[in-house]
Amino acid sequence: MLATSFVHPDWGLLHDQFWALTVGGLTAGSIYALVALGYTMVYGVLRLINFANSEIFMIGTFGALFATKWLGIAPGADAIHTGFYLVLIMGVCLIVAMAFSGTAAVALERVAYRPLRKRGATRLAALISAIGASLAIQEFVAFRRGRNFEAFPRVANRDVLFTFFGAEIRTDQVFVIVGALVMMVLLDQFVNRTRLGRGIRAVAQDSETATLMGVNIDRVVMLTFLLGGIMAGSAGLLFVFFFEVTKYNIGFIIGIKAFTAAVLGGIGNLRGALLGGLVLGLIENYGSALWGTQWKDPIAFLVLVLVLMVRPTGLLGEALGKARA
Amino acid sequence: MNTLADLRGKVSGKIPQYNVRDAGARWWAGLPRWARVVLIAAVIGFFFVLPSLTIPLIDTPTPWASVLFSPIALYVLAALGLNIVVGYAGLLDLGYVAFYAIGAYTIAVLTSAHGSLSFWVALPFAVAAAMFAGLLLGTPTLRLRGDYLAIVTLGFGEIIRITANNIEWLGGPRGITNIPRPSDIGPLHFEGLNAKPYYYVGLTFIMLVILMVRAFERSRVGRAWTAIREDEDAAELMGVPTFKFKLWAFAMGAGIGGLSGALFASYQTVITPNNFTLQFSILFLAAVVLGGAGNIPGVILGAVLVAYLPERFRGLGGQRVFWYGVALVAMMVFRPQGIWPSRRRAAELADPEAGEVLAAVTEADVERIEEELEDVSLPAHELEGHHDG
Amino acid sequence: MRASKIFGAGALLLSLTLFAAACGDDSGSSSATTAGGAASSGGGGEAGAAKCSGLAIGFFGALTGDSANLGVNIEQGAELAVDQFNKANPDCQVAVKKFDSQGSPDQAPQLAKQAIDDKSVVGIVGPAFSGESKVADPLFNEAGLGLITPSATNPGLADNGWKVFHRALGNDASQGPGAATYIDTTLKAQKVFVIDDASEYGKGLADQVSNQLGSKVVGTDTIDPTATDFSATVTKVKDASPDAVFFGGYYAAAGLLSKQLRDAGVTATLVFGDGVLDPGYIEAAGDAAEGAIITCPCAPVDKIAGGADFQKAYNDQFKADAGTYSAEAYDAANFFLAGIASGAQDRESLNTYISTQSYVGITKTLKFDEKGEVSDVAIYASTVKDGKIVSVGLIQ
Repeated sequence: MLATSFVHPDWGLLHDQFWALTVGGLTAGSIYALVALGYTMVYGVLRLINFANSEIFMIGTFGALFATKWLGIAPGADAIHTGFYLVLIMGVCLIVAMAFSGTAAVALERVAYRPLRKRGATRLAALISAIGASLAIQEFVAFRRGRNFEAFPRVANRDVLFTFFGAEIRTDQVFVIVGALVMMVLLDQFVNRTRLGRGIRAVAQDSETATLMGVNIDRVVMLTFLLGGIMAGSAGLLFVFFFEVTKYNIGFIIGIKAFTAAVLGGIGNLRGALLGGLVLGLIENYGSALWGTQWKDPIAFLVLVLVLMVRPTGLLGEALGKARA
Repeated sequence: MNTLADLRGKVSGKIPQYNVRDAGARWWAGLPRWARVVLIAAVIGFFFVLPSLTIPLIDTPTPWASVLFSPIALYVLAALGLNIVVGYAGLLDLGYVAFYAIGAYTIAVLTSAHGSLSFWVALPFAVAAAMFAGLLLGTPTLRLRGDYLAIVTLGFGEIIRITANNIEWLGGPRGITNIPRPSDIGPLHFEGLNAKPYYYVGLTFIMLVILMVRAFERSRVGRAWTAIREDEDAAELMGVPTFKFKLWAFAMGAGIGGLSGALFASYQTVITPNNFTLQFSILFLAAVVLGGAGNIPGVILGAVLVAYLPERFRGLGGQRVFWYGVALVAMMVFRPQGIWPSRRRAAELADPEAGEVLAAVTEADVERIEEELEDVSLPAHELEGHHDG
Repeated sequence: MRASKIFGAGALLLSLTLFAAACGDDSGSSSATTAGGAASSGGGGEAGAAKCSGLAIGFFGALTGDSANLGVNIEQGAELAVDQFNKANPDCQVAVKKFDSQGSPDQAPQLAKQAIDDKSVVGIVGPAFSGESKVADPLFNEAGLGLITPSATNPGLADNGWKVFHRALGNDASQGPGAATYIDTTLKAQKVFVIDDASEYGKGLADQVSNQLGSKVVGTDTIDPTATDFSATVTKVKDASPDAVFFGGYYAAAGLLSKQLRDAGVTATLVFGDGVLDPGYIEAAGDAAEGAIITCPCAPVDKIAGGADFQKAYNDQFKADAGTYSAEAYDAANFFLAGIASGAQDRESLNTYISTQSYVGITKTLKFDEKGEVSDVAIYASTVKDGKIVSVGLIQ
């Protein structure tokens, strides 16, 4: 079964279900993209791989979950709302998720990275610290919440919004894709149009000169982590909304894929993170259709290597420091 | 940096002093040759006797001799290999378990699944296969910048595991069973319940690897690795064929990893893809960094700790991983250079600029300069200022 | 200044050591329990007549970690049997030693050695999972320590020639065909889609089902159980529009898969194996679990003779309902105890006893063939109704 699927890609399936696969890929890819933003921003400013960004995302999912509990919404038929109430619920969950993640990100920077940065520690040491933080946070959550899935209530109906060449496209899928795009645009505007954003870009480009120009590095770093955390938090909300579950280690795989997406798009480049995330989602789905889902990850990594061989700085190159992020 | 006085001035204030290490090094240099030989023999002897000892505070719930081999000796070997890649050549490798897996699977395939070679005959093939994999992975990817290498090597590790899981010829998710134990050599008979013969073999390989690595360290290759690690662009400009040396480091490290994996396969007699997950790559990397990357005793110490502590603290059960994570963060925050850092690394950390100054200088040069400084007649108290305090 | 940093690191290591030493002897690796409290003796041996000393039955499996539910069910089933025996036989007090593998096959060899070195352990109930069985059983075999696994269903385990291996339930080579038969004759499905989770258990079971269903299988796929997004697989299933979908794997992934299939509008009946027989499936799947079929070689406690007494005793002792395989573990432990009561009180004779004798338990009669498989095999089906798992009965 496996050997044949590798040799004979299922083109027929790809053709018949192309749009369904595309929508599925874009939905998953949107979540990768939002989490990738955290990786890419921190890397752009600090040249640091924030391995623990996956746990920041996971904390965001729990934030959204807790918000539903505080609002008294439990999984079940009564959880479904529409119109104004739906918007209210989602808004509250989003804000709580972003708050949880943002705070966690800032705390993480303070505890696990800043001391190393002050000391001029190697990249390697920072990576190990990140990994340690990642494990510790995961296990702490596992200790408090257990190791099984917790269900997130379905707060909105999942009707088919429209059909596109045979593929049924649902409201929740559209919400995730559009939601991610909106967050992306907001971040993009912030980084490119505001004074604080300019500080980030300055530090990313040349931290010494930025200091000479009066930019407070520590504050910029904190802001970078905060923004990355907020993005991860919104990804967390979209995740639990779409998949309706969370547990202590869902961040792990999402984190690796998001990091892959960030590199694919051009690490340090915000738009690259978006492109990388969406492209990765599509590659996974198309690859699964052609060769079987068991080959999804090898295919994704191979594509990454091929892209990097041709464009060593990723699809859109590194650019956080430049005017056009 | 015009005068020696300037250099001394810049350096004396900045390099942290290692009393124990310098004093120890001086004492060692002062010993007559025969004394050194006896001491080394005694240390080696101690390690050979170790599995038979029962040391109260250090003893583990699981039989001590078997812990000494698996995971301790196996991890030490793997860490020594990864150290070449990460510590010497400065390459960020997050997928080292791939080479470990290739060594193990090669043995498994040649001795059990699709062949019936003896372990000893299959062993060189396993190491060669791993080295080849290192070359295969390195060739397209070593031209990439350091951080990109991280995700690519991580991906490679996963590709190996998933491929082994997906292909029936390699056993699929079932893995490969009934891997024969090594045939007897001399008095050593290999069985599952007595790990000592395995341990002795492992210890021998560790010593051989240490000798080999030390030889490289001191040679032209070692210097090239240092140059690449400190500043690759500068090295390239100076005419160092960086790509070639990086590939060497990769292949050597891979081969040693394969060796460790091969021993693992013959010990456990069953391997499955789940034996080679990303967590192991991270574990090996942590061993190298915690101990002190680029420094053999440091790396060994790191590997021993990473392998030993979870066994010692089995009682912690569910909380083990949490404390492991906390320990990693704490270690990096309080001592990012590792427990036993190479002198160079510690200097770099104390002052990055001094680090740059020293970048062009190797350990051997530093020793030579210190000797020259002593030759020049300087007031004793000025000299003392270097070494104490 | 430097010294303080070394001091800091040293203090950290010291505190870790102290912490570990303080907690060093609790739970986790090995502890003995002889707590009483259960009702009448469950079976085996002549009550009160046995004499022995310093013996223990070992439990080997996951008591902590991701798969702890299953391990705990089994350990408690075995413990109940031992406690009842101890109450009935005051001159023969047997201990229960727990070996927590945390569900990880990497830990298993070391843990097995620990069990082997503990000379009081004369028999093992476990290992609970097929993965850890594979690496631990060769060692048990070398040591001659008999084992009865109440839950490891991988058929390959019995083919290794291990004289200590015994399995107290049907393996996947009977469960797979059982599920396939159900899909064929009860569901009368014409088109079936088979999915597995790339694990040895899941793929093994899925392959068994595929083989029996033959041309009725219209498509297959493999998922990554650690992923959350299965949209590609779901799209494939939709493309094939089957009447039934079989998934070989565990409850967490099964839950997500069910949910995503239903959201996409797939109406096929969902069929699973025993890895999904856990309340965790309902938590993960929500409403999508409704109507799913779950097979198991394990007997539903409420449908077997003696089950009610067992359930009551279990409830009294552990304040919880008996879980999957608790009853099989109960029978396994009782078989060992019967051997002990009859005088087989060292590893070799006890292993010979269970290899040659038979024992009438509450789930089945335990009589092992030369490969260690039990002949009295039955596959049961359950379904999810109103958010609860209810037994449907035997698959013929």
